[in-house]
Amino acid sequence: MAEIKLETPVTESEIRNLKAGDKIKLSGVVYTARDAAHERLIEALNQGRDLPFDMQGAALYYVGPAPAKPGEVIGSAGPTTSYRMDPFTPQLLKNGLKIMIGKGNRNQKVMDTMKEEGAVYLAATGGAAALISERIKEMKVIAYPDLGTEAVRKLRVKNLPLVCVIDSTGKNLYNR
Amino acid sequence: MRTIEAEEITKAVARLCKETNYNLGQDVIRAYKESLAAEESEVAQEILEQLIQNAEIAQEKEVPICQDTGMAVVFLELGQDVNIVGDDVTAAVNEGVKKGYQEGYLRKSVVSDPLIERKNTEDNTPAVIHTTIVPGDELKITVAPKGFGSENMSQMKMFNPTAGAEKVKDFVVQVVEEAGPNPCPPIVVGVGVGGTLDKAALLAKKSLLRDIGEHNSDPKYKSLEEEILNAVNETGVGPQGLGGKTTALAVNIEEYPTHIAGLPVVVNINCHVARHKTVVL
Repeated sequence: MAEIKLETPVTESEIRNLKAGDKIKLSGVVYTARDAAHERLIEALNQGRDLPFDMQGAALYYVGPAPAKPGEVIGSAGPTTSYRMDPFTPQLLKNGLKIMIGKGNRNQKVMDTMKEEGAVYLAATGGAAALISERIKEMKVIAYPDLGTEAVRKLRVKNLPLVCVIDSTGKNLYNR
Repeated sequence: MRTIEAEEITKAVARLCKETNYNLGQDVIRAYKESLAAEESEVAQEILEQLIQNAEIAQEKEVPICQDTGMAVVFLELGQDVNIVGDDVTAAVNEGVKKGYQEGYLRKSVVSDPLIERKNTEDNTPAVIHTTIVPGDELKITVAPKGFGSENMSQMKMFNPTAGAEKVKDFVVQVVEEAGPNPCPPIVVGVGVGGTLDKAALLAKKSLLRDIGEHNSDPKYKSLEEEILNAVNETGVGPQGLGGKTTALAVNIEEYPTHIAGLPVVVNINCHVARHKTVVL
């Protein structure tokens, strides 16, 4: 199994080279968004407003972290289940989203759009939240602070351990 | 009649909320290690290694094992010779949840109105409280924070009374397969059989309070638990749904008498962070 070091923001050709089953160590900037933030991002797009961050080549992590203890960057921060984001995802992919990080199944429409746009879906280990939080080096809330744990955060990660589950050709590691 | 101060309940609940979220039971860690030894796939091994390491980090740093620190499900077994003074029991439990989640830097995941407003209550209250009145003069408190990645994958079915164990087994396996990677396998599968619709759901939830390796005391149900566990593990879903031999760490069945016309079955899925802790006051 290949182990690939990847740094965000990524280009389409880097994405097209990733294969389902690849082990990935991701570094760089990753934005967080889960259910409520997705609703707002889509609302912003539909109303022609700017998004709170540049979606072009971006990596999005589906997470609602636990509060940080004093002196810590962030609290425990494992992935949430991704299918709940499916209704919103195709529109974000059409706006340049290249990497999605979560856990669990995606629907056909998401996978079709990933193929068209050249994007990948990477799985973080659900429940390994304390371990993952140690790979998050910086954290800043950049939008929707009223959403609390669901606010959009800008993270800087170092060697986040991930597995490529769905690649840009539509190959899906969950369908063995 | 023995007197228990409501404040003691609050303190105990607060402590249990923190402890369950920081310290994974040794039974679960032992099950991870056994699974790790049995797995042949590299991905499955790596995931189980991460889970073992994660539990160590959480315990050492006193941080949550999982960021989803759950909705607090609290079971009370209240001795009928206990007199609680100072506050009402429900308020005391909720005060404990609030204190535990705030002091413990646990995530607040509860919204007040489930449908229209969905506003975060900011202190993870209210808890879901199940109270049983039992003989004696003690109060047994169990806190079992429930994450929703797995809760969402739970299902129920009202079977015909003649359906039999094989159909129930098929249903459990089907629920696990449909859930696939979503509930964070390796999972613990709670199965409630009998009673009424609500009773079966409570039985399923209650069965998740067992330590891994603890079986139904009835040998017939124990052997059914083992049979379903084997079937579930033969699906190959594996750790995190990425393939392997360990889809579930345990299948727990709790049964109750039911009506001649029915056979309610509820499958309540728990993730690998199978959290629950108990104190007796």
